[in-house]
Amino acid sequence: MSNRILISTRKGLFDLQRAAKDNWQIKGSHFLGSPVTFTLPTEKAWHVSITDGHFGPKLHSSTDQGANWNEAAAPALPENEEQSVEMVWVMADDGAGRLWAGTLPGAIFTSQDNGASWQLNEALWNQASRTEWFGGGFDQSGIHSICIDPRNRDHVSIAISIGGVWRTEDGGKTWELRTEGLRADYTPPDVAYDGIQQDPHQVVQCTSVPDTLWMQHHNGIFRSTDLGKNWSELDQHEPSNFGFAVAVHPKNPDRAWFVPGVSDEGRYPKDGQLVVTRTDDGGKSFDILSGGLPKAASYDLIFRHALAIDESGERLVMGSTTGGAWITEDGGDRWHQLPERFPPIAAVTFV
Amino acid sequence: MAQIAFTRHLRNVIDTDLRQMPGDTVRSVLDAAFEETPAARTYILDDAGNLRKHVAIFLNNKREGPEEVLDMPVTDACEIYVMQALSGG
Repeated sequence: MSNRILISTRKGLFDLQRAAKDNWQIKGSHFLGSPVTFTLPTEKAWHVSITDGHFGPKLHSSTDQGANWNEAAAPALPENEEQSVEMVWVMADDGAGRLWAGTLPGAIFTSQDNGASWQLNEALWNQASRTEWFGGGFDQSGIHSICIDPRNRDHVSIAISIGGVWRTEDGGKTWELRTEGLRADYTPPDVAYDGIQQDPHQVVQCTSVPDTLWMQHHNGIFRSTDLGKNWSELDQHEPSNFGFAVAVHPKNPDRAWFVPGVSDEGRYPKDGQLVVTRTDDGGKSFDILSGGLPKAASYDLIFRHALAIDESGERLVMGSTTGGAWITEDGGDRWHQLPERFPPIAAVTFV
Repeated sequence: MAQIAFTRHLRNVIDTDLRQMPGDTVRSVLDAAFEETPAARTYILDDAGNLRKHVAIFLNNKREGPEEVLDMPVTDACEIYVMQALSGG
């Protein structure tokens, strides 16, 4: 059960700690004024990705939970590539000494020295299809999801907007496209099932049943029970299958949460009522959860890293692009709205 | 030697005051500054060594284009100001 949350926002990183039920206090704020894109708290250190508008992507880390910070070298592309890393979008820890980072433009980097230095994964960068990876929400493609199999740290699935889902089973030496069953509705019909054209918004893996992956895709929700070899599309459910974020229960692969927007053209809550949808049966049916959530005039959009679940599966937190934040301690039946008016929230995580 | 100053926004990264720095082009003066303060390089130049999109360089009070400025020659009378471009927000 986690009592601590880190919220990465456009104007800084906020450290919230639970004082009591429905009472979470800001105990620390860091990098005020800076656009924090993602924060990865690990046992060894907290790693923070900042996307400075002028001076490029920057990484900072702290080994004492935010009391002191060190700037580390950010992942960088080789000088002769004529492209530059624009943003470190996501980071993941394999728990065995290796960190992974996904960037914009779409690339994977790994670090064996706790983030002090990063190496480009050449095997993925050299994929012939990379010239066909396009931007989804940005000018360039980006890697936003990294799922490390807890059973074997060399087995990693990654997702690219826009460039499909890829999997390595040898620690990144080789990669395989895993998009069978994914469907795009923003392409000519003949290429709707083309793997590279798929735009996964987020992919998450069930910790205890890692064969199960859930995906919030640009035009729907997909699920795989065989490590992404095959994906099944879920039927439409109310209020919609459109959104950015997804969370899966760490122990129950059939239980997952989504935060729907009206549609691709209408990326805001239906009728201005913020709801979370939750399935308990692998996506056959969904409950619409609204307890404690704003019922009207809520134009909050939850981005792909802005919904998180803790290790118990009971607590979730979500933060919106308009600075609203909510925490549930009962799996989503009832949400507590934080009183703070945060800057736009890019990511949230339990510590 | 020419002189170079950096935006105060970078005061935690590099000495931003107008200071003399060796070099006969804007790029070589920058390189000399980064030789002294290696951590500052990635704030001004991207991974390919090009001027970052939202960094502006003024040479003798004239803002020069990003394609040309780094190769421009400098003399002892020159002043280089490295500023954040407002296009970056």
